Amino acid sequence: MKRLQRALGWLAVAGLAAGLVMAFGVAPREATQGNVQRIMYLHVPAIYLWRRAAGADRLAHASAEVGVVFTSINIATGAIWGKPTWGAWWTWDARLTSVSIMFVIYLAYLLLRAMIEDRERAARFAAVLGIIAALDIPLVHFSVYWWRTLHQPPTLLRPGSTPMDAMLVAALTINLIAFTLLSAYFVAKRVRLLKREQEVLA
Amino acid sequence: MSYARRTWIVLWKDLLSERRSKEALNALFFFALLLLFLFQFALGDERERLTAALPGLLWLGFILSGLVGLGRAFLAEREHDCWEGLLLAPGDKSAIYLGKVAGNLLLMLLVEAILLVLFAVFFNIDLAAHPLRLTVVIGLGTIGFAAVGTLFAAMTAHVRARELLFPVLLLPVQVPVLLGAVKATEAVLLGEPLGAVGHWLGLLAAADAIYLTTGVLTFDAILEA
Repeated sequence: MKRLQRALGWLAVAGLAAGLVMAFGVAPREATQGNVQRIMYLHVPAIYLWRRAAGADRLAHASAEVGVVFTSINIATGAIWGKPTWGAWWTWDARLTSVSIMFVIYLAYLLLRAMIEDRERAARFAAVLGIIAALDIPLVHFSVYWWRTLHQPPTLLRPGSTPMDAMLVAALTINLIAFTLLSAYFVAKRVRLLKREQEVLA
Repeated sequence: MSYARRTWIVLWKDLLSERRSKEALNALFFFALLLLFLFQFALGDERERLTAALPGLLWLGFILSGLVGLGRAFLAEREHDCWEGLLLAPGDKSAIYLGKVAGNLLLMLLVEAILLVLFAVFFNIDLAAHPLRLTVVIGLGTIGFAAVGTLFAAMTAHVRARELLFPVLLLPVQVPVLLGAVKATEAVLLGEPLGAVGHWLGLLAAADAIYLTTGVLTFDAILEA
């Protein structure tokens, strides 16, 4: 377990280094992280409610934390990038709005955890909120999409040839992988830290 | 005792205690009136500006009074030490949830009716042009709100900072419902047929189904405290 984690960490570092070289050597970097790890948000709390497995709760807690950190970095760098490019720090376009809504939902999730003293109860309530939040994702997506849209369509995950320069795509992909590895590493670390905390308190 | 009967008993108990105390309804009526004053002072006299903002204001009023009303949904159980009574109730606990949702739904619909009348009177706006369409939109929006609201009210009942945590949990989750409800209400007030906002109504119905199902399935985990 520990060795695996260390390997993950080094892989993330290597990926980041490669990504940085690509980014500064070849192209201006775009902030891309934020959506990759959302998939487990429904899965994990459901497992917790079903089996009452403390491990699932720790995983959910850790990924929510890391997700919120990365999303705030994403929003901040996006704003810094948006000012010179779009002429505004922030616009209420579809994707920005969806991301910011999910961001406040998961902030509320962390707040709920922090405000309930009883650990077991906090885990149960957080799991319920986690399920609602995950089921909310498609609702948020469609409502915001119909509400307004102005962003360019997805560049990477779509059929057909991409309009971007090949080197740019490579830089973007490497950075995406690197950030995914990095967040997996953070989540793994945080899970272990939470486990230690609980062992000390128990 | 059948499932429906247990649901009905919870609903009946809440209705009865509300009818005798009139605690929530009196306060909410006054609150709705105050909201109207606030909207008027915030937006000024201009008729056009008011009309343009009307659907949003209407739902802002619904949501604010809903936050006040739903937040206290489990207060009676907590303050009068009846929580154990709920826990001891036989059978599937989700019957309690559905009973509570029904009670909250009725309360909210009542407050919304009051707000609609107040809006019509004070802002001199004809809300009764398409009563059926308006009812459909408001009903769909309110079911989703009451379903999540009841669930979160049970979750926050034991938290010390309950008044703070409840809106903080509920509002972000409700953004899609709010967006859909406001857009659909806007279209109805402009006299468009329901078919023109079919996608929004579908979204609201999907949200209602998702929230109610989640509530029924997870309420057991919330109650065992």
